Amino acid sequence: MEWETVIGLEVHAQLSTNSKIFSGASTEFGAAPNTQACAIDLGLPGVLPVLNKKAIEMAIKFGLGVQATIANKSVFARKNYFYPDLPKGYQISQYELPIVHHGSVEIQLEEGSKKIGITRAHLEEDAGKSLHEDFHGFTGIDLNRAGTALLEIVSEPDMRSAKEAIAYLKVLHSLVRYLNICDGNMQEGSFRCDANVSIRPRGEKKLGTRTELKNINSFRYVERAINYEVERQISVLESGGKIAQETRLYDPNKNETRTMRSKEEANDYRYFPDPDLLPVMVTEDMINKIRTELPELPQQKRERFITQYALSAYDAGILVSSKEMADYYEAAIKTSGNQAKLAANWIISELLGALNKANLDISESPISAEQIGTLVARIADHTISGKLAKTLFEALWNQEGDVDAIIEKRGLKQVTDMGAIEKMIDDILLANPQHVADYRAGKEKLFGFFVGQAMKASAGKLNPQQLNELLKKKLRG
Amino acid sequence: MHYKTIAEWSQELSTKKISSEELTRMMLERIKKLDPKLNSFITVTEEHALQAAKAADTLHSQGKAGPLTGIPIAHKDIFCTQGIKTSCGSNMLDNFIAPYDATIVSRLKQAGTVLLGKTNMDEFAMGSSNEASFYGPVHNPWNTDYVPGGSSGGSAAAVAGYLALAATGTDTGGSIRQPAALTGTTGIKPTYGRVSRYGMIAFASSLDQGGIITRSAEDAAWLLAAIAGHDAQDSTSMNLPVPDYAATLNNSLQGLRIGLPKEHFDANLNPAMAQAIQIAIQEYEKMGASVQEISLPYSSLSIPAYYVIAPAECSSNLARYDGVRYGHRCEQPKDLEDLYKRSRSEGFGSEVKRRILIGTYALSAGYYDAYYLKAQKIRHLIRNDFVEAFKKVDVILSPTSPTPAFKLGEKTQDPISMYLSDIYTIAANLAGLPAMSLPAGFIDGLPIGMQLTGNFFQEAPLLNIAHQYQKITDWHKRMPEGF
Repeated sequence: MEWETVIGLEVHAQLSTNSKIFSGASTEFGAAPNTQACAIDLGLPGVLPVLNKKAIEMAIKFGLGVQATIANKSVFARKNYFYPDLPKGYQISQYELPIVHHGSVEIQLEEGSKKIGITRAHLEEDAGKSLHEDFHGFTGIDLNRAGTALLEIVSEPDMRSAKEAIAYLKVLHSLVRYLNICDGNMQEGSFRCDANVSIRPRGEKKLGTRTELKNINSFRYVERAINYEVERQISVLESGGKIAQETRLYDPNKNETRTMRSKEEANDYRYFPDPDLLPVMVTEDMINKIRTELPELPQQKRERFITQYALSAYDAGILVSSKEMADYYEAAIKTSGNQAKLAANWIISELLGALNKANLDISESPISAEQIGTLVARIADHTISGKLAKTLFEALWNQEGDVDAIIEKRGLKQVTDMGAIEKMIDDILLANPQHVADYRAGKEKLFGFFVGQAMKASAGKLNPQQLNELLKKKLRG
Repeated sequence: MHYKTIAEWSQELSTKKISSEELTRMMLERIKKLDPKLNSFITVTEEHALQAAKAADTLHSQGKAGPLTGIPIAHKDIFCTQGIKTSCGSNMLDNFIAPYDATIVSRLKQAGTVLLGKTNMDEFAMGSSNEASFYGPVHNPWNTDYVPGGSSGGSAAAVAGYLALAATGTDTGGSIRQPAALTGTTGIKPTYGRVSRYGMIAFASSLDQGGIITRSAEDAAWLLAAIAGHDAQDSTSMNLPVPDYAATLNNSLQGLRIGLPKEHFDANLNPAMAQAIQIAIQEYEKMGASVQEISLPYSSLSIPAYYVIAPAECSSNLARYDGVRYGHRCEQPKDLEDLYKRSRSEGFGSEVKRRILIGTYALSAGYYDAYYLKAQKIRHLIRNDFVEAFKKVDVILSPTSPTPAFKLGEKTQDPISMYLSDIYTIAANLAGLPAMSLPAGFIDGLPIGMQLTGNFFQEAPLLNIAHQYQKITDWHKRMPEGF
């Protein structure tokens, strides 16, 4: 039987608010355990939450970024369950009335673009961390993270493969960073993902029973975990079994998923509106004010790049994939003498290739945007040849200095002095009389030989076009 | 000499007839001598009190004192007090020293009051007799075989026995007004949102409201002015100006429209109680008020609605007492579940457990709509009853409690009959309205209370109406024998 995969994602984006969602404690990452947890975060008797307005603004920004409806009234509820790193015994989270709903994003696939629906995005507080190592027979509790603002973004089950899931995740990841509402750091847990995965016979309308995959906190794990889970579900169904609705944990070391808790073991969270907090009221004025402050978003930027810089849709897509990348590109254009197309080529083919190989992000590039722009400018003004530009690129990568200094030091400058070139050609012709005779007798293939000799003699510093013209003229005699 | 009101002591302090230290020592002496009869204090903060009294005397000598500077008071042990044990009447918090002050506490500190100690209460404010305290029951100074009411029973008994000039309380379903009625004191529960709940240990967040128990409406006006007003730390506190409550105490009651809810004067009401209230009503008529019967048709549903909403919120509010970070932790827990189960089983008393169970059930999947949501709808209807009533009248008058104080142990085996002692008080909490209880006579030597319920944020008229009554009666001035 042919199976169709159905995937929906739940993404937890940690909002970049300076203080927590319901208290004034700092949210900075990496502090000593329990030093950034105040009375409210500790859930002491008598404390009350006060909503951080910045979190609301950020949620609205996100909603506008995904063309969603912003609820004029949203409500915080209590999700009740016991866990040692959940100080109050409940998590404050928007439940029935989320602040953002009915949005969508577009993902770019080889076969074209596809719209992925966003069911809702709601605000909630994070829990603390339980540390099971290092404490013999005990569990350590670090409440620094408790109360950090999260935006939980729930997609429609619109994705049909791990590839689509990754594409969606990358679009969201890029968007929250464009909006400057989340640092997107997956290692520190600022951007986390759970996947709901089910399969159904192709053509079937009804959704199959889904499992929820947890602990998939890198793009690579998301892909691997989904692929593993799809294979597992297929083999269960094809051997006559049934999929159990359950939460499964992904183990990256073994590359497998295993049961964490079944539906029966699931908590009854006893949600009810939190009486300590008033409903969140958002006015049209607030939304409009935030709308005017929105930065250019990836979609708009991509379209602008296509028209303004005459890029292909594909190249523009790569260059807007992160804000850092787009900013890098536009900074490079500035020093390139408006060689937008050439700058795009260099960044995409040379720089990104090198960065990928070295496993570096654009923000960690050893070559600055100004440098790559200047490199492009030197090609455009014929100071260096495209071929020697690669040598220059390597020298820049090794941080040997700035563009013009390297050109000077390494002697990469093209020889443009006509007299010098003529002299060089004359010398070559004189040294190879037989070849000259053969060429003139009609063996035109030998032209390449003379070019090679000239390049060798000049160490590649000749402008190829100039050389061709001059050489042809001299050979003609 | 010790029957003076706060207003009178304030005068003596400012004219230096007495120092705050002398007054405080006198009150500490009284506590030492008389509280063994009442058990109204859980903690007496003698050292703190004397220090604060000396500081108050310095302010007086520098001419920097306010009207409450140097006045000795007590806090219900539900309010967090920095560096002082805050038990909430529970074994669960027997070892809890609060690291911060509740807003009410810091405002009264700011006003210069002297803290004598923390008063006894029903555990986590759940009870109507003060018998549900880990620290033992409180006795009614009017007859120590009787309960003082609850849950602010310690505060009410301390004020009635003159062991504190005033005491703070909290009122979720009548916990200020019912004990005030049963001890012959004056108690006010302000409008929900008038006084900050920050640092007041939560029982049922949408109903809890802090207030005070005093010996007179005038004293209440002074104290309420000190604690009322917006607090950025409590999202449900309202950002409204606080009127000068003392300034309107002597407004004329000419033309005042008093409503008598017929549902509160039915056959169930103790006839002696009905008669006492009738006499009070006649006093108001003499002062120029008009009286009319009104109806609160949904009031019979207030107890059932309350006993869904309050336990539901309590089940969630009390989840934080898990033995992990503070409070009681069982010995040698086997594992996490054992830690939770034994810490909570040992830490909570039976009434608290009963309400946690009821509330957990009411919020469970499949029951939420039938219980919690339905109760919220009823709550809305009850609120509407009052909104309608206040179109016709300025204040609603009723008994505070259906009976005077009952005997210790009389209702402990019958929670429903205990719950019914709040039958007239609960509706004000469900609606969020301000209400107060003031002494209106005695039945068989036990005080009875009259309840005044006002419109939203209309505490000033309530205090005015109560004060005018106290000007022509002396119920509130009487002292129990032996105190």
